[in-house]
Amino acid sequence: MSLFTAILYVVLAPLAGGLIAGLDRKITARMQGRIGPPILQPFYDVSKLLMKENLVVRRSQNMFMVFFVIMSIFTGALFFAGGDLLLVIFSLTLAGVFFVLGGYKASSPYSFIGAQREMLQMMSYEPAIIMVAVGLFMVTGSFQVKDIIAYPKPVIYDLPGIFLAFLFILPIKFRKSPFDLATSHHAHQELVKGITTEFSARTLALIEIAHWYEYVFVLGVGYLFFASNVLVGLLMTFLIFELLLVVDNATARVRWQWMLTGAWGIAFLAGGANIIYLMMRGHL
Amino acid sequence: MMLALILFLIFFPLLVAGIVALVRKASLYPVVVYPASIILMVGTLGLLWHGAKAMPSFFPAHASWVEPAILIIEGFIAVYLLFLAFKRKDFAVICFLLIQSALVLAFHVGPGKDVHATANLFLDQFSVLMGLIVGVIGGFIAMYAVGYMQDFHHHHPEVKDQRPLFFSLIFIFLSAMFGFCFSNNLFWMFFFWEITTVCSFLLIRYKLDETSVANAFWALRWNLLGGLFFLAGIIYLYLNTHVAQMDKMLLLPKMAILLPVAFLSFAGMTKSAQLPFSSWLVGAMVAPTPVSALLHSSTMVKAGVYLVLRFASVLQGTMVGNMVALIGGVTFLIGSFVCISQNDAKKVLAYSTIANLGLIILCAGVGTPEAVWAGMLLIVFHAISKGLLFLCVGSVEHQTGSRQIEDMSGLVVRMPKVAVMIMIGIAGMFLAPFGMLISKWIVLRAVIQSNPLLSIFLIFGSAATLFFWVKWLGKLIMVERDYKPNETGVVKAQWFVLGSLAVLTVLICAFFSPVAGFLIEPYIAGIFHQVVSLGAGNMVIVSIMLSMVCMFPLTFLDYGKGVKVVDPYLGGANAGQKNFQFLGALRDVKDMEMKNYYFEEFFGEGRLMRLGVMISILLVIALIVIGAF
Repeated sequence: MSLFTAILYVVLAPLAGGLIAGLDRKITARMQGRIGPPILQPFYDVSKLLMKENLVVRRSQNMFMVFFVIMSIFTGALFFAGGDLLLVIFSLTLAGVFFVLGGYKASSPYSFIGAQREMLQMMSYEPAIIMVAVGLFMVTGSFQVKDIIAYPKPVIYDLPGIFLAFLFILPIKFRKSPFDLATSHHAHQELVKGITTEFSARTLALIEIAHWYEYVFVLGVGYLFFASNVLVGLLMTFLIFELLLVVDNATARVRWQWMLTGAWGIAFLAGGANIIYLMMRGHL
Repeated sequence: MMLALILFLIFFPLLVAGIVALVRKASLYPVVVYPASIILMVGTLGLLWHGAKAMPSFFPAHASWVEPAILIIEGFIAVYLLFLAFKRKDFAVICFLLIQSALVLAFHVGPGKDVHATANLFLDQFSVLMGLIVGVIGGFIAMYAVGYMQDFHHHHPEVKDQRPLFFSLIFIFLSAMFGFCFSNNLFWMFFFWEITTVCSFLLIRYKLDETSVANAFWALRWNLLGGLFFLAGIIYLYLNTHVAQMDKMLLLPKMAILLPVAFLSFAGMTKSAQLPFSSWLVGAMVAPTPVSALLHSSTMVKAGVYLVLRFASVLQGTMVGNMVALIGGVTFLIGSFVCISQNDAKKVLAYSTIANLGLIILCAGVGTPEAVWAGMLLIVFHAISKGLLFLCVGSVEHQTGSRQIEDMSGLVVRMPKVAVMIMIGIAGMFLAPFGMLISKWIVLRAVIQSNPLLSIFLIFGSAATLFFWVKWLGKLIMVERDYKPNETGVVKAQWFVLGSLAVLTVLICAFFSPVAGFLIEPYIAGIFHQVVSLGAGNMVIVSIMLSMVCMFPLTFLDYGKGVKVVDPYLGGANAGQKNFQFLGALRDVKDMEMKNYYFEEFFGEGRLMRLGVMISILLVIALIVIGAF
């Protein structure tokens, strides 16, 4: 892994991510007994967005979203270059902060509520995702993604609790039920479009593309648990994705209190127990 | 030569204090304070001239008048404080003062008659680091205070103008801090420690109203208790080992000094407002903002963590160390949680200070080389960022009349320069690649390698810090009303201070590696005989991230091109155009209002602090008991 894989990510991830988004809609539609849009629909949507007029409430609001995209790409690139997982997580946090600040800057009630909820979401998934890094370090002895990938044994057997905590917060990152509180395709009954309410045209397109980069990155983190065998890893990643879709279709949106206490509770109990187990086993 | 510099740094502020105490005309304060601060800052920078290789250097600095002078001054202070405490009928303070005086007298008349150190003063990388913080940040804050206090008395004519006393105390305090950092003689350290306690007490009660006096006594009470443990610890050490100096103490076998170290850690934890003693710091926020910035975030409270960090190598791998780390961890967690529910900006800064000090204490308790490295970095980053934030909040309060975060909406339009500096300060506190985050990253790595369960505190505390900082940051930039800029209240000298601190924040993030390499790493190598560093690859990544973030301001060059400005979406009920108003249910015109979440039910101060105090009292008792056995 290296600069080359990072560049591959930067170039290919939007294509992969867009396809994932398209597959998501298609499979969801089939689960619901519909035909669903074509798999390439996200690309059609983005290209249409690029042609629209860019409306803003505050002149500087789009810049935050531009940096959200840049930092999201950097996060994934660092990850796929095999870099330090903690730095990757902090970069992810930085990207998220730009996203939230964009919502604040838009100075509009719906984006404001979206920003508040997005912060809650970030606060909810942060413990679980840091525990992923902690757990992987305790098992493999390194924070570097390239070392974790090269680790010969499947780490999932040593990290069941942390993996559970990670799975729990995945719907947050993918903006799917039950945790699609801040901005999603479906929360419009409450929020209009949440954070992204006041964003349009090429900025909204950029946000969508940033989310595609994020999908690939988050699935990549999931892959790490099964990385010792490439085929198994890819299969499990796909199954994780499927699980996300099933959960999305089977659950309703929850209140933020549920999300926070659920995510933190599971991270604390399952993740904490996992860490204790690893300590006892003398992994460190 | 270095000895001369150390003595200069200790005595020059005393001279300034004497001069400023005689000043009566308000226009003369700048004339005395500004040059004095600059001289102090330049003098402090002179410490760097010493060169890291030559450290640590020890100076005998014997003078027969010192010990008696110390006893006399301590006596005067005790009598004065007893007098005030009797007037107030504060029996806890009276009790602590009497015990302390009894101990001092009994010791110096009896077994401690000939107590002396071969080297009273010293210089090493850590003390230089602390000296730099005290001198540079202290100097800046003193300069800022001139303009601030002018404004303060203008706004509060009912408060007695005791500015000569105020500035005197500031410089006496700086002198005491220098004395503390450069002392190797443990009893001298105790003396300077107590001086800072007294300065803090007198400065907190500056306004002389009931709240200020009450909070001053509350702070005095807990700091005196800490001082008592300090004294008991070093007396016990001397009685058992005849050692009265820090360098010799660190050479003794661990088992012989665990109790004194436990007691000194206790003292450090009271000074740094750890749970269960945190409430004194929160109460101290009634003092004028420069006091909060100088004493209660950047320097005095750093003395506490500095003391505990000094003994990190002793704490490493011991149960006492574990207790210290736990107390730090619990403080970090609870402090961070409480910040979420606070609307008062100074309280947010106070609790976040308490939390970050908890993090440093955690590092000290863990005591591994990486942890100490992280702790020292945290000290640097926190002192600069927090000092900047406190001073900015002071300016905002004077300009707008409020220090509530909810009233800082649109500050980026109302007070653009100050708002940007607050943003830099906040970024410095928690955002990658800024300093505090780098430190937390190192702490996480250090903690995982030695005691992974401690990482739980870090993990959940960090998540909380994200929330309240971004909340504040967002409030500053959102513009939901037609605001007009007005920053006229900030005087030139204050702009100089604020600007310098902001630049320093960014610079220290960019250049923390050379700073660490020059001051921190040699210290660690000296104590632990191990080399700690970040790794070249990670440094590159951090630099890239920092450069990217710094490019953000550049986007304003392309400001607002190719976009069409419209009104916010208000459900289609906008009342008119460009007026941020909407039509309510009865067609009445309402203003747009957006308030942050504070989650009182989850993160309320009362409940969380009670919980934190209970848990930490247990841990402190465990600390003392384990240290004793």
